[in-house]
Amino acid sequence: MPPAFPANWRNDAHAKVTGRTKYTDDLKFPRLLHAVPVYADEVHARLRAVETAAAAAAPGVVRVLTARDVPGANRVGQIIADFRIFADDKIRYHGDVVAVVVAETRDQAIHAGRLVRVDTVPLAAVLDPEVALRDEVLVHEERGTNLINTHRVRRGDPEAGFREAAFVIEHDFRTPFIEHAYLEPEVAVAVPRPDGVFEIHGSMQHPFSTRRFVAACLGCPLPQVEVVGTPMGGGFGGKDDTAAIVCARTALAARLLGRPVKTMYQRGWSIRESYKRHPYRVHYRMGVSAAGLITAVECRIVADGGAYCSVTPWVTWRSTVQCCGPYVVPHVHCDTLGVYTNNVVTGAMRGFGSPQMNFVVEQMVEIAAARAGLSGIEFRRRNMVRQGSVTITGQRLDNHTVSMGEVLEAVLKEIDYERKLSRCSHGHSDAAEFYGIGLAMSYRGVSLGAEGVDLCAAILNVQADGTVVLDLGVHENGQGAESAMVILCAGELGLEPDQVRCQRASTSTIPDSGTTVASRGTIMGGGAVVLAARELKRKLAAAVAETLRCAPAEVRFGDGRLHGAAGASLSFLEAVQAVWRQRERPHACAVFRAPSVSWDEETGQGDAYFTWVYGCQAVELAVHKQTGKVRLLGAVAAHDVGRAINPGMVAGQFYGGMVMGLGYALHEEVKLKDGRITNTNLNTYRLPRATDVPEMTALIIENPDPASPSGAKSIGEPTNEIMAPAVANALFHATGRRHFSLPMRPAPPWPEPASTEGAP
Amino acid sequence: MKLHLNGRELTVDEALAEKRLIEYLREELDLTGAKNACDIGACGACTILIDDEPLKICLKRVKDVAGHRLLTIEGLAEPDGTLHPLQQAFVDAGAIQCGFCTPGMVLTAHAFLRKNPTPTREQIRTAIGHNLCRCTGYQQIIDAIAAAAVAYRDRETANGLVSPPS
Ligand code: FES
Ligand code: FES
Repeated sequence: MPPAFPANWRNDAHAKVTGRTKYTDDLKFPRLLHAVPVYADEVHARLRAVETAAAAAAPGVVRVLTARDVPGANRVGQIIADFRIFADDKIRYHGDVVAVVVAETRDQAIHAGRLVRVDTVPLAAVLDPEVALRDEVLVHEERGTNLINTHRVRRGDPEAGFREAAFVIEHDFRTPFIEHAYLEPEVAVAVPRPDGVFEIHGSMQHPFSTRRFVAACLGCPLPQVEVVGTPMGGGFGGKDDTAAIVCARTALAARLLGRPVKTMYQRGWSIRESYKRHPYRVHYRMGVSAAGLITAVECRIVADGGAYCSVTPWVTWRSTVQCCGPYVVPHVHCDTLGVYTNNVVTGAMRGFGSPQMNFVVEQMVEIAAARAGLSGIEFRRRNMVRQGSVTITGQRLDNHTVSMGEVLEAVLKEIDYERKLSRCSHGHSDAAEFYGIGLAMSYRGVSLGAEGVDLCAAILNVQADGTVVLDLGVHENGQGAESAMVILCAGELGLEPDQVRCQRASTSTIPDSGTTVASRGTIMGGGAVVLAARELKRKLAAAVAETLRCAPAEVRFGDGRLHGAAGASLSFLEAVQAVWRQRERPHACAVFRAPSVSWDEETGQGDAYFTWVYGCQAVELAVHKQTGKVRLLGAVAAHDVGRAINPGMVAGQFYGGMVMGLGYALHEEVKLKDGRITNTNLNTYRLPRATDVPEMTALIIENPDPASPSGAKSIGEPTNEIMAPAVANALFHATGRRHFSLPMRPAPPWPEPASTEGAP
Repeated sequence: MKLHLNGRELTVDEALAEKRLIEYLREELDLTGAKNACDIGACGACTILIDDEPLKICLKRVKDVAGHRLLTIEGLAEPDGTLHPLQQAFVDAGAIQCGFCTPGMVLTAHAFLRKNPTPTREQIRTAIGHNLCRCTGYQQIIDAIAAAAVAYRDRETANGLVSPPS
């Protein structure tokens, strides 16, 4: 395909760099009202009444909404409909919203919100998932248990596997709640239109699930709600349920008041209410043979699901499928539990259950390697998946290029790993700092896998002047999805960038294509775009083949023209006109269906994902001997993306994901005290800054995937899932200390330099 | 009350003196490039330039900047839409993802490069150290700023950055 586009091309760059992009809060509407949420300072309580009279009488207040005002369903959810749009029977976490105040100005609404009173009966809160499993205090009484879900893997005969082992290592790991910290907080505007439709503009990454939530809340048919794609300031998986519920409350206010309403979140509300990445507790045993092969793994994974289900069953499913990392393990016994607590809700976040498990597995393999007298690299080479390997769920990896070795070797070479490894301090240094290098690698199932129905649509509508309008089922979250799709489309059709334009997405114009999560945007959306473009090409070729003196299949597209037999060609526009003359429409709609997958819940066996991506990241660092302060010196990543549609944007995903992973490793943690988040703004929730992060190198590996029409796979999440264990391994090589929980805060006293890894 | 905003002189109604500056710009003037992301001066998304210095305006009132020279992101490109070399560098380097941090980043970098047109990457990191970006990992932003620096070594360009009053 000719590279018709400048490197890093984006359809929205000019508007963004000049400040002209209109995000939801930038839009203006006449007679706009402002809504704000009201919380109760309770973590677990029976809710007897919400007293709104004083607030309703405050200056500027138009209405105060509570659960009683919801005409449709007050309980929604993608898996279990337990998420309250307004707290009704109980308050289950500190972020439950008891009321929404609507006023002429935002300040008036905020002020009146303080006048809302709740009548509650406090209940004992359950804040520890292991305690919650005893079911002494129930978060949802009607369920009779705090267990949200379980998953398992049963493979081989773990007892026999451990008997075969020359040694067994066993460790416990913990990870914290993590905030997505999209720079733009939740915001929604609902506009009641004269045709009876409620138009929703909002910062959310799943327009279709938003539409379902809004329609359920209003008790109206789906087409009466139209969710319009609006530029958003970051999502990272975090703008699904909570963002959709903010839209639902806003739409309810608009419906009851007949005026446009905006709800714009303050950062404090956003952090208090929105769901987080799940904290995990993992108990992990690994048996290893004298030859340095993993013989068996047994693990128990407990995920704190918080007060509502959200997508906990899906997140924990991925953790289960990938619980042994990219290694061949013949005998596996894994039990995973998702648990309700009265903590903040947890749900989707970039990585989706893999960052936690990789933090565990990629340290376990290094601990095992040291015990076996091997380098971590050699141990990985002996155990990792290769072409034709069978995964722990019984899936044979033979329908795509298994590039685990390729990405590993690429990183080793680029960073000069093995030489630098020999220079690591291991807790002994004459200088002021210890030096360490470490790496981690992973494989990752692409898209939803057996989590859900996986298809995506695209529509190409050629206009009378020969330009193309592209309607997409994937959502622009800020990652550049639209741009990648335009590049693919124009490339297939042989057009220039400015001849293809993305239609502003709306739930009313495109078939429900699921959510733009699970790193599925490029592979699924790109698949649909390529299939639609090919269908359009067939139409055009059929109409002009005779003129071009060739068979339709021989028509070639390039330079804005269609080429046939020696020298014969027509412009794209002429071909479009030929189609019109035949009373055909130059229009194509295609659906890309993910190849089928399979799963058996009982045994945890099946072809979990239709393809996999492979990645490896290494990091170098220095640790100050006196203070423990970590200085990052450099990082290298290699990921097999199938095919890079827009290499500059792919590199951007590398860097952004790596840095978010560095934050996970060293800084970030949503702190809760008695169920209340204490760091609710960006001064106390510590994000990586430009001064914290090292220079990074992105190695894009391309092995086009046969299952993907465009050849591309995915990149958004893989980059975010292995930096924490790479840092953990580097810290170990620097200081001699293992960190079994995140974030890692190395501090003296340091272990005795002689201590060897793997010793009990 | 007078403001010099994006090269123009503006008379502001005294009644607006106590209004929050970010709301004044966003709501009264529809200059929505400055974003509100934390409200407490912790993220830099609301950064504009006051007398060529970056300032987080979420905690400022209109009266705080009376008589001063303000530059918002909307005032950086040429009136005909031609991008300033720094903006073009952001586009070319792939430094923009969601774009929410971009206006504040660009203006912070602009003020920095005017003072130091031959920066090291470490100095660039320090200069943007108080502007948060959750998307890019900063690397391509630093690439962009480093690439744009050359344009600031030419005084003409550096001084012509703010369009003259018309
Ligand atoms: S909004 Fe002003 S610094 Fe964050
Ligand atoms: S580009 Fe999204 S926060 Fe910087």
